[in-house]
Amino acid sequence: MPKAELVKNAAGRMVPTEVNGKEAVPYKGVAAHRPTGNKAAPTIPTVMDYPDCGDKTVEDIKTALEAAGIRDGMTVSTHHHLRNGDFVANAVFEAAAELGVKDLMWFPSASFPCHAPMIDHMKNGVIHHIEGSMNGPLGAFCSSGGMRGMGVLRSHGGRYQAVQDGEVHIDIAVLAAPTADPFGNAHGLDGPTACGLLGFGLADSQYADKVIVVTDNLIEFPCIPWQIQGNYVDYVTTMDAIGDASKIVSGTTQITKSPDRLRIAEMTAQFVRAAGIMEQGFSFQAGAGGTALSFAIFLTEMMKEAGVTARFVRGGSTQYLTRMLEEGLTDYILDGQTFDLEGVRSMRENPNHVNTSPFTSYNYHGKGNFASMLDCVVLGATEVDVNFNANVVTHSDGKLLHGIGGWQNCLSSKCTILPIPSFRDRIPVLVDEVTTLCGPGELIDVVVTERGIAINPRREDLLSAVAGSGLPIRSIEDIKAEVETIVGGPPAKPAFGERVVAAIKWVDGTVIDCVRQLG
Amino acid sequence: MSQKGQAGRRGDRVRSDCWISVEPRDSGGVSIELKSRVEAMYGAAIRETVGNGLAALGVEHAAVQVEDTGALPFVLMARLEAAVKRALPETEAEFLPDMAAWSTYGTTRDRFRRSRLYLPGDQAKLMINAGLHGPDGVILDLEDSVAAAEKDAARFVVRNALRQVDFQGAERMVRINQIPAGLDDLPYVVPHNPHVILIPKCETPEHVTAVDERAKSILGEKGIDAPVYLMPIVESALGCWRAYEIAAAAESVVALTIGLEDYTADIGTQRTNEGRESFWARSQVVNAARAAGVQPIDTVFSDVTDMEGLTASVLEAKALGFDGKGCIHPRQIDVIHRGFTPGEAEVEKAKRIVLAFDEAEKKGLGVVSLGSKMIDPPVVKRALRTVDLAVRSGVLSEGWKEGGGEDA
Repeated sequence: MPKAELVKNAAGRMVPTEVNGKEAVPYKGVAAHRPTGNKAAPTIPTVMDYPDCGDKTVEDIKTALEAAGIRDGMTVSTHHHLRNGDFVANAVFEAAAELGVKDLMWFPSASFPCHAPMIDHMKNGVIHHIEGSMNGPLGAFCSSGGMRGMGVLRSHGGRYQAVQDGEVHIDIAVLAAPTADPFGNAHGLDGPTACGLLGFGLADSQYADKVIVVTDNLIEFPCIPWQIQGNYVDYVTTMDAIGDASKIVSGTTQITKSPDRLRIAEMTAQFVRAAGIMEQGFSFQAGAGGTALSFAIFLTEMMKEAGVTARFVRGGSTQYLTRMLEEGLTDYILDGQTFDLEGVRSMRENPNHVNTSPFTSYNYHGKGNFASMLDCVVLGATEVDVNFNANVVTHSDGKLLHGIGGWQNCLSSKCTILPIPSFRDRIPVLVDEVTTLCGPGELIDVVVTERGIAINPRREDLLSAVAGSGLPIRSIEDIKAEVETIVGGPPAKPAFGERVVAAIKWVDGTVIDCVRQLG
Repeated sequence: MSQKGQAGRRGDRVRSDCWISVEPRDSGGVSIELKSRVEAMYGAAIRETVGNGLAALGVEHAAVQVEDTGALPFVLMARLEAAVKRALPETEAEFLPDMAAWSTYGTTRDRFRRSRLYLPGDQAKLMINAGLHGPDGVILDLEDSVAAAEKDAARFVVRNALRQVDFQGAERMVRINQIPAGLDDLPYVVPHNPHVILIPKCETPEHVTAVDERAKSILGEKGIDAPVYLMPIVESALGCWRAYEIAAAAESVVALTIGLEDYTADIGTQRTNEGRESFWARSQVVNAARAAGVQPIDTVFSDVTDMEGLTASVLEAKALGFDGKGCIHPRQIDVIHRGFTPGEAEVEKAKRIVLAFDEAEKKGLGVVSLGSKMIDPPVVKRALRTVDLAVRSGVLSEGWKEGGGEDA
């Protein structure tokens, strides 16, 4: 692989100007990059090429891939609504291997530890590289330099942007569908592997040249509601099971029992109340991580006490958000993915529990999106530095471990709060400079730790709103210094090699940072 | 020349701890084999700590293995010292972390002891942030929460925690083992600013005086003049019967508490949520403590998920005359504090009495009266206590008198 040329971007990070043979634009700053021209488009299909009876079923994935014209070097996408229970992505590349196809680019909306078999496909040449989140074993493989191409990590919104502005052209999209009909209409509300919604595959269904729907619950036409429209679909096929239901959604999501996390969650809710964000008709987004979930529960109690209701809540939905909706504490749930069976049931039954996609919520090339309308959002991070820059993809040891998800996109909310421990085991979370820059500090407003709350000095309004509230407001440097005395000094930097193994994209498609090979 | 010494915890579920094996040898210097979750960030620091520790403990030649899941330095040091002393029991040197500036604050005899949070002495992870949850006291436990085989190792963790962990102003308590074995815990504890020693399964005044004398002699040897207070725990029929003698056995006793699991077993019954079987014992403890002029403190409430049950239990304890209660999870702390915090009406009444008392003092009157009613001295005493508790619980501002008594 030729050594990529590196330049310093607007965040002061050295980034490659070429990613996998394509020119890449270095990050220019928040809201600074404005692509021009027309959106990308798939090839023009014609109805005469599709059966009038509407039956597009073929025998199996292998047949579908062959029919779709799979060949060396193509881009094949899959999606993560089946999370760590997904069987489809592995089956697709297994079939591709059997067909003798090489050098594919896998373009998942996210990967999970269940996708570890992709490592073998990379070793034997079926997959050239991955552009998508690389978690667990895939992250370790990429960090160690095992992948031929450069990994590209994008946010959910950034993935939509890359498809829409032609940065990534999907040759074949394979959509796992908990319920589908022979025409290709599909949804995630029913069936043995029900997951709620299929929003992560929406762009792929519209922009890929060929679209394959794979289901284990094929029903008679029409499959309603059609979260994915059959009019975009080329082939429909079945598997005995598209996933392991127990790993797709949990029976019940559990709140954390960790006293420290509960304290952080409670302080976060107290902050939201004290800052005047928790007002009649407000909106918030909190995920399904232990701390975010507990935050939502504490906030719900405070809303009840204050007699305040929300206009909408964005999820990751869970039984807790569902209960808020059913108790009238929010008018709507605008749901990006469903984390437990209660969430799936609510989405199926309650018209005010609405499925969304990265298009409505996060899309950079949309005419606005929901994320920036949120009054506050609660997110995680692996590291935050004294300038409030944050990292979500690597830990301080430099190893790729997480995807970006909707994290970058959510930073555009009116108040972005990171409830995080100030250190994990011996590893400080508050650092001088993040190992990998994923979110610029100017968009991160508040960091809530168990040792105090740090407000970004840019947010004088928040600082004055909570003055006198009794909350433990401290400077981020002050908390960091305390942590360093506890853990025995600042952490040493990992020993990186020269080679860039992954590029981190900002929401607009520019390169905000990169990850180097370890060792 | 000697056997291998191993100490600490390892395995997939262990976090913020380490396991260390030390095999002394006759020559070859020190070799360190390290596996750590934090290798990239703290590998060099861990090797340095281990090297310094071996030198401090007089070990020149040894093969050392460390499996680390992110132990803080004071934990690493405790594990190393335990491993060395298991290999070489005759070692007398200590490998002490610095006494942190935040570990040197004192306590007072009559401070509030509404909540005291038990922390297993062998699990440093639970100690690190315990003070942030705001308990009145933390108890580093060397007794029941530590397995018999780990008693020796837990002493180093507790000692190092006393020197290094910021308990954020909470009273620093240590529960030693049952007497007489517990007396041997004292040298690891007393020199490191423990505020209160809890004496478990205390049955006789001699148990108390033995601890008191031993603690005083250690303090004398070290030239420390801060007091070490005592809180006996009665946990048996005999202990309850002799509760007053126990509470009055030494000047250093500041509080008396009760352990109901052992007590109910001892009297031949089972512990119930209603607690009728222990009503006498709890009342006896309250009476004995008050008679001896020390604080009566209730036992722990052990169901951490039942917050309503806890609330009821706290209110009952308060009604019986207890000043505080034990807890085993930080989420119980606020519930306990709320329970022992006087209510609004209670505070208002107490404020009026205190103001009347001030007025009487100012005028040099021997009798305090409110309106046409005369107020008895014990009522005044209780009102002063209520106001003090309200101020310290944050429901009444310190300067409430300047506000004309209107500020609540």
